[in-house]
Amino acid sequence: MISMETSNLTKETLKKMFAEGKRFDGRNLLEFRDISIEIGVSNKAEGSTRVRLGKTDVIVGVKLAPGEPYPDSPDKGNLSVSCDLLPLASPRFEMGPPGFYAIELPRLVDRAIRGSSMIELEKLFIEEGKVWTVFIDIYPINDDGNLIDASTIGAIIALKNTMIPVLDEKGMIDYEKKPTKKLPLSKTYPFSFTFYKLGNSIIMDPTREEEEACDARITFGVSYWNNQYMVNSCQKTGELSFSKEEISKITNILSKKFDEMNEKLKKFL
Amino acid sequence: MAKEFKRKDGRKPTELRKIVAKVGVIPNADGSAMFAFGDTVAIAAVYGPRLLHPKHMEDPTKCILRVNYDLLPFSVHDRKKPGPSRRSQEISKVTEWALSPVVDLKSFPNTVIDVQIYIIQADAGTRTAGINAASMALAHAGIPMKNLVCSVAVGKLDKNLVVDLTKEEEDFEEGEGSTDFAIARIANTDEFTLLQFDGKVQPELINDLISLSDNACKEIYEAQKKALKEIIK
Repeated sequence: MISMETSNLTKETLKKMFAEGKRFDGRNLLEFRDISIEIGVSNKAEGSTRVRLGKTDVIVGVKLAPGEPYPDSPDKGNLSVSCDLLPLASPRFEMGPPGFYAIELPRLVDRAIRGSSMIELEKLFIEEGKVWTVFIDIYPINDDGNLIDASTIGAIIALKNTMIPVLDEKGMIDYEKKPTKKLPLSKTYPFSFTFYKLGNSIIMDPTREEEEACDARITFGVSYWNNQYMVNSCQKTGELSFSKEEISKITNILSKKFDEMNEKLKKFL
Repeated sequence: MAKEFKRKDGRKPTELRKIVAKVGVIPNADGSAMFAFGDTVAIAAVYGPRLLHPKHMEDPTKCILRVNYDLLPFSVHDRKKPGPSRRSQEISKVTEWALSPVVDLKSFPNTVIDVQIYIIQADAGTRTAGINAASMALAHAGIPMKNLVCSVAVGKLDKNLVVDLTKEEEDFEEGEGSTDFAIARIANTDEFTLLQFDGKVQPELINDLISLSDNACKEIYEAQKKALKEIIK
């Protein structure tokens, strides 16, 4: 039963309810579910976090490894964000090569983080031809919608708790030595906010059922940088257009949403 | 904002690079076109509506629009390895979404329209050039469409708003750096089918940036129409 796609009937019902500003779980259209954060999910990771957003549950781990820099940035560290949509987490995920969502999701998180200049990549230089690569691995454990925003939260909190491992004289990581240095981060960090469109209504933080009923979405990565709100990334997804008026309504509330989320999570940031 | 921001190639902030648009560049295809913004050159071919293989992918309610976008290996400085990358797969998908709202997919259930887009020479704005070429190729193939799609990159160099960025401008790093905002809209409407950027933009500037595409897209639309009319002569 659960593995069935959202029926047209549910979709029509949701469309009507959204038009009246109502949702099955009683939230208003732009309201997030309760968030809880756990830090240090794996003591083998350089940093890790578990985010629960309603029934959505995502684990994010950070690993660091010395490696070669990219040819176009020889004096900067690398950032690599990946996501695996395990069949463990949802009846709609299947084994096999990554589908589009598994490719898009980490790219959205990557852009929000990179655009905000949260990680000071220039401080991850080790020596000529050698830099740290920061691997962020995103693993949803239970998908009840809005994995994108939950994953970004997981990634930034995991980064905040990331320590740089100690290198021995051969330049290999010595995991026996306790790391003392934190990952160099600027004061800025991003949240992502994804707005889902069904009919003429726009909602945030959908459950899986709501998400599947929606026709399009747009994700914004938002940060606070140099005393001003900054949008660092934007991507529209899905077979429906957004009007100028809708974009303007959305961009008008981004700073408020940033403040709300920041208030909820500030003790972790 | 500075009165008149000087761009390296001498263009005005709202000036597009030279547009070249041509239809019917691939005789084998049901529809084809090329579209160039300055040194960025895209070609597109449309095949279909035709039978879809594998069969299980068929949709009995509508036709599937399937886009493949990629760079040719020699279109960029560092050779691009042939075959799909994560970047090209993502661009293929956003291009599908940029085009599908205007195509009458409901009229051709169980079939596929294949849109193949390749970049021959890249100087930023490849996805937008590709969308413009593909939109023309779809029209050239005689596929029922409610309108053309026009696409352009707008952007911000530090605090200066500009249209149609070159690669050099995209790599600009001073001040607030460079933001390249790819936009596609249904011609002559305020409906946006592609919105994609990363960089640093104040929320209140997003509307100004989007509005910069108003005139740019009009100009692109005229070029597309002109090219499409030329083949009827």
